[in-house]
Amino acid sequence: MVYFILKRMVQSVFVMLAVAFLAFSLFRFVGDPITQMTGVETSVEDQERLREELGLNDPFVYQFMRFTGDMLKGDFGFSYRTRQPVAEMIASRIPATLELGVVALIISLLVGVPAGVYTALKPRGVLTQTILMTTLVGVSIPTFVIGIMLIFIFGVQLGWLPTFGRGGTVQIGGWESSLFTIDGWRALLLPAITLGVYQLTLTMRLVRAEMMEVMRSDYIRFAMARGVPTASLHYRHALANTMVPVITIIGLQFGGVIAFSIVTESVFQWPGMGLLFLESIRFVDIPVMGVYLVVIAFFFVLVNLVVDLLYVAIDPRLRIRDVS
Amino acid sequence: MLTIKGLSVKFPTRFGDFTAIEDVDMTINPGEIHGLVGESGAGKSTVGAAVIGLLQTPGYVANGALTLGDTDLRTLSPSEAHKVRGDRISMIFQDPQTSLNPLMTIERQLIETIQTHSDASESEARKRAVDLLEEIGIKNAAERIKAYPHQFSGGMRQRVVIALAISTDPELIIADEPTTALDVAVQSQVLDLIQRLAKERQIAFMLITHDIGVIAQVADCVTVMRKGRVMETGVTAQVLGKPQHRYTQQLMDSVPPLDRKIDRFRVPDADDTIANNGDMAEDWLLEGAQHVRTGLSLRNLTVKFAGQRTSIFRKPPPYVALDDVTLNIEPGSIMGLVGESGSGKSTLAKAITGLVTPSDGIMELGGSVLPFGKSRDRDHPSRQLIQMVFQDPYSSLNSRHKIGDILTEPLWFYGFVKDAQEREKLAAAMLSLVGMQPDAISKYPHQFSGGQRQRIAVARALLARPRFLICDEPTSALDVSIQAEILNLLKDLQAKFGLTILFISHNLAVVRQMADNTAVLRNGKIEEVGETNALYTAPQAEYTKSLMDLTPMMPTTWQT
Repeated sequence: MVYFILKRMVQSVFVMLAVAFLAFSLFRFVGDPITQMTGVETSVEDQERLREELGLNDPFVYQFMRFTGDMLKGDFGFSYRTRQPVAEMIASRIPATLELGVVALIISLLVGVPAGVYTALKPRGVLTQTILMTTLVGVSIPTFVIGIMLIFIFGVQLGWLPTFGRGGTVQIGGWESSLFTIDGWRALLLPAITLGVYQLTLTMRLVRAEMMEVMRSDYIRFAMARGVPTASLHYRHALANTMVPVITIIGLQFGGVIAFSIVTESVFQWPGMGLLFLESIRFVDIPVMGVYLVVIAFFFVLVNLVVDLLYVAIDPRLRIRDVS
Repeated sequence: MLTIKGLSVKFPTRFGDFTAIEDVDMTINPGEIHGLVGESGAGKSTVGAAVIGLLQTPGYVANGALTLGDTDLRTLSPSEAHKVRGDRISMIFQDPQTSLNPLMTIERQLIETIQTHSDASESEARKRAVDLLEEIGIKNAAERIKAYPHQFSGGMRQRVVIALAISTDPELIIADEPTTALDVAVQSQVLDLIQRLAKERQIAFMLITHDIGVIAQVADCVTVMRKGRVMETGVTAQVLGKPQHRYTQQLMDSVPPLDRKIDRFRVPDADDTIANNGDMAEDWLLEGAQHVRTGLSLRNLTVKFAGQRTSIFRKPPPYVALDDVTLNIEPGSIMGLVGESGSGKSTLAKAITGLVTPSDGIMELGGSVLPFGKSRDRDHPSRQLIQMVFQDPYSSLNSRHKIGDILTEPLWFYGFVKDAQEREKLAAAMLSLVGMQPDAISKYPHQFSGGQRQRIAVARALLARPRFLICDEPTSALDVSIQAEILNLLKDLQAKFGLTILFISHNLAVVRQMADNTAVLRNGKIEEVGETNALYTAPQAEYTKSLMDLTPMMPTTWQT
């Protein structure tokens, strides 16, 4: 058990190192940092001096080690564009993206899991077929189209919800949250739904497929043969067994939601990391892009680690060893 | 008392209703064990499912009467039927590995079931659960009840399953192949338990099985089914001892006896018309040096697998799958290898074929040393000389390849026949030789039954011109009558071509019919090796004796 966790952590460290290397390569080899930082009027001598000062003439391995070391110390460097520390810029954007992602995830779970269970238990029902058809249409339409449609209907035509920004936010410590004001929630709703729709469909179809598989298994049939009450049969026996594989995919998807919220954030002008990344690309702000890469990879690794631990928590076969 | 009268079950399909069982009559009295026997597809399980009301959708009871005591089971509403399940009728499934919820403790599953059917409080239910487990033969039940299913061995798990089934005091238990997945020792314990429960608690058992030995040993009455219809029914000694129906007779003829060797099984309706076109394949197999008989000798063979690692500092002790095995297989003979699951039978086959790497020992095929595992070259001659027939013919043939492609592969792969048309002809001839129509060559594996597929698997092995054949449980996935055919075929081929065969099986009776010599394997060690007849009539090792005693068999007087 402890061994298992340690093993996963060591693996995570290697993943992070690989990503850090990518980020570093981006920083070091996409264009010359010195030309990016200086204007045309800087003399060649000054450029050389700067290059020497910044350690860009040092051996490659040494530079990478210094880069990684700085990252570990929390020093992420400065943006070319705004001259602000990158750490601050990212930190100010993280709450927006995380809140958006988490709310999208919760929406997709709250709707996706019950819908999956329902469609699995009543595979021939009219409602089941309707749900399956609608969600199929849902995934076939690209995210940005869904976003624009939602804006058009609820923002423009009905005028119920705001179409951009975060609405009213509250500052809690260093965390700027929109979860504590009505206004914030109103602003959050449309982007969260947009982002959650795809994941919702996936969760639902996965739960449905797994649930149907589990319902055919011997232990469910045996439980039926013993007359175990239907509610317990469906929700205690079947659903728990369904969740084991579903959690993996949800975890991976959540990483994806955080990483690829770019489209949604851009449609709704949501001031999160995705929008920051888009702006950075436009201005070739390589330090920000590199750090964004590392932060996203960190989320992925973290989520996967949590998923592995959840596995162990749910499945006693991983937790308790055979004694017989 | 369960009464079934004129029961028919139908499954609607696109092409009209498919009748799974038709006009089945049966009565089971309290305390009676009623055997239901027949080959796969006979509809045995469908009878059980219809009684407990758990027919697979879209199946439905089309006709007939089902009554338990005074209750008409057919007129119950779905919720009433659900109440009857567990309360009055319960069920035991085949595989104890899969019939318990892996995420719930035994305790929760038992208490839930008990509380569903009575007003017992949590602590009363727990006490009853513990008592039940003790009764069923689980020691230290108060402690063990907190465990999850995976913490029990197969036999213990089946006991837990039985405890769950009887926890609500049902009148009838449908046991669907309850011992098929178990080793003989555990099987005999579980059968004893079933007998005891029938006697002490007056529970009626419907014992569904394909194993006539099991029926002979425990069932009071028996019903023989075939293709959804009842062939014969009555008291066990009567039906199996003096079979009236021709089918029962044939079935009994196919059962391999444990206590004697018969030269050939009497196989009904053998199709002799196709056996004659195989000459070409026969000549090809006997060509050149192919009459050389090749023996195999293993000396001090040891195979270890790395254990599951749980700590960074301690290296887990390796699992010893084969421990110092020395075995000599004479050229042209059949060596039987018996043992319970986990005894290392299949590991031995894998070591010989080079799929696992032994840690120690020497293997010699026909006098030349066989390199271990990965150090054996891809084109090492032994890769052609040693061929295998696997247990499951459903997964051992690539379902996306035509039979022709499957059979001609060894011919070009080993460079025997250069001409493609010639290869096809040879493959077709080989099909005749193993008793199949040559036109099978253009079909796909799913178009054949299990027995036919196993014949194809044998043909594929032969087309590599092997001198040493490993048959790993070649008939345990097949019905007895099909098993008899395949065993006859293997015997014929072995005699014709002087093959050396390692015949692996957990079924002692089958090995007795096939093998010249027999080795008994237990926990990776050879317990006993000897000439088959001598070993079966006077086993030396205690373990062999107990295996023989525990194997269910028919009284000698019943045999024809």
